[in-house]
Amino acid sequence: MKCDFCESKATVFLTQLVEGQMKKVCLCDKCAKERGVTDPTGFSLADLLLGGMPAIPGAKSKSRRAAQGNGRKCPTCGFTLEDLQRVRRFGCADCYTTFSEEVSAMLRGMHKGTSHLGKVPEGLMALQVRNQRLEELRQRLDQAIATESYEEAAGIRDEMRDLGEVRS
Amino acid sequence: MMRFSTLVKHPADWMTGGQGDYGAVLTSRIRLARNLRKHPFPGWAKREQRTAALDLMRPAVEALAPMKDAFSQELGDLTSVQKQVLVERHLISREHAARGDGSAAIIERRQTFSLMLNEEDHLRMQAIRPGLQLTAAYDALSALDTELENSLEFAFDPTLGYLTTCPTNLGTGLRASAMLHLPGLVLSDQIGQVLQAVNKIGLAVRGLYGEGTESLGNLYQISNQSTLGESEETIIRRLERVISQVANHEHNAREKLLEDDPEMVADKIGRAYGVLRHAHIIDSKEALNHLSLLRLGGTLGFFPSETVVLCDTLLMDIQPAHLQLHSGRKLSPEERDAIRAEIVRSSLLSLESPDNRTISNDGKPPSTPTNQGDE
Repeated sequence: MKCDFCESKATVFLTQLVEGQMKKVCLCDKCAKERGVTDPTGFSLADLLLGGMPAIPGAKSKSRRAAQGNGRKCPTCGFTLEDLQRVRRFGCADCYTTFSEEVSAMLRGMHKGTSHLGKVPEGLMALQVRNQRLEELRQRLDQAIATESYEEAAGIRDEMRDLGEVRS
Repeated sequence: MMRFSTLVKHPADWMTGGQGDYGAVLTSRIRLARNLRKHPFPGWAKREQRTAALDLMRPAVEALAPMKDAFSQELGDLTSVQKQVLVERHLISREHAARGDGSAAIIERRQTFSLMLNEEDHLRMQAIRPGLQLTAAYDALSALDTELENSLEFAFDPTLGYLTTCPTNLGTGLRASAMLHLPGLVLSDQIGQVLQAVNKIGLAVRGLYGEGTESLGNLYQISNQSTLGESEETIIRRLERVISQVANHEHNAREKLLEDDPEMVADKIGRAYGVLRHAHIIDSKEALNHLSLLRLGGTLGFFPSETVVLCDTLLMDIQPAHLQLHSGRKLSPEERDAIRAEIVRSSLLSLESPDNRTISNDGKPPSTPTNQGDE
């Protein structure tokens, strides 16, 4: 039997229930390893079947692919589209924005829904507001110092301290 | 700080408290995955970035009220046997045990909470309770999570929920699971049917040690797979409903076996007793399978009900790393089998032969010994 992803002989056979249906996948050693099938802690057949990961021969040669201009990259952490296709995981929180299209494709059929309905961090909104305010104050402080308006700068520092900023 | 030897000296309450529900549900576990907003995920982070994330999380976790005087160690400071013991106790994952410096495990004194730092996600938090108590476990863990929010900023998106390294955990980051002992369903050949039904409603069934592990000792884990698009309460409520139904099926299967084929049941339990009481060499698989039958005997009135607790304790104690820890040295597989047999024999020394009166006369137990325990 042949591997579902390349022409090699399949040696790994998987059966798992995905969405109540029996799915079978046959893989060769190499493809099994690349797709994390042999890592029993992190593999779900659902990822493989529903994620629609393209089998790109030679996808590993980073430089060539990047040169072709296919590789998008997360500005925050440097994670690339290729990395995503290889490990099926993300590099940082911002990757979810960078690769939002891929995220939507991956999520299709993976969960009961596509929008979060559960717990929301209590302090999150307040924290975001506070951080925004601090960032604003920081900029005003720099400006005040640049224009030598020390009285204003002192006032801004006081406000920042009230917001819990430790450094001045 | 708590020493490793102190931590593992006694089995946790949750390891030995699952006698309710006819002993079918051993434990309930809740896991929540969380990540820091401004740090790359552990698998992608550079060494310094991982350390920076750890340095931020560790004091925050250690400062939590329930984690006072907790066991807290970087994985690089633990021996491989120590790490394996924590895996066998379900306190850290196999994946986490493979890590070293830059990752840590913080485990509450009574082992009801354990937090993995820099596992696949920055934080994998777990709460365990005996019996079927998913809601209680979730409430406790969620409170811990809320307290952590005061000091750590978690990666959260209004649409996608908590952002995780792997999209399979997005949303709630919740994995709720229960460990079930289902010898009745296995002996009556109904297990395949029941598990398939469980699977059909989108729940996962796994063996004793998680994904990819064989089901040993008639032990099965049932957990949710979907984490996005439903609230934590909905996920947990469905799981609790399904699990109590499975436990009910197990109970009925046992009753029916006793009624239809009491000789077979008595024979299996008696043989298991004989082997465990007298074997001098026993591998893990054989021991687990016989202990399963002994445990069944405990719930059916063949043995005193404390036998169930004894079996649950042995379940941990006969695992390879526990044996090595017990002996204080590295053991060959042959030595392990001998020491395992020795531990089992000495634990069961005072256990009397099965009381077969339970199946005599009309084939029914004298009282209703299946529902012992106080869960």
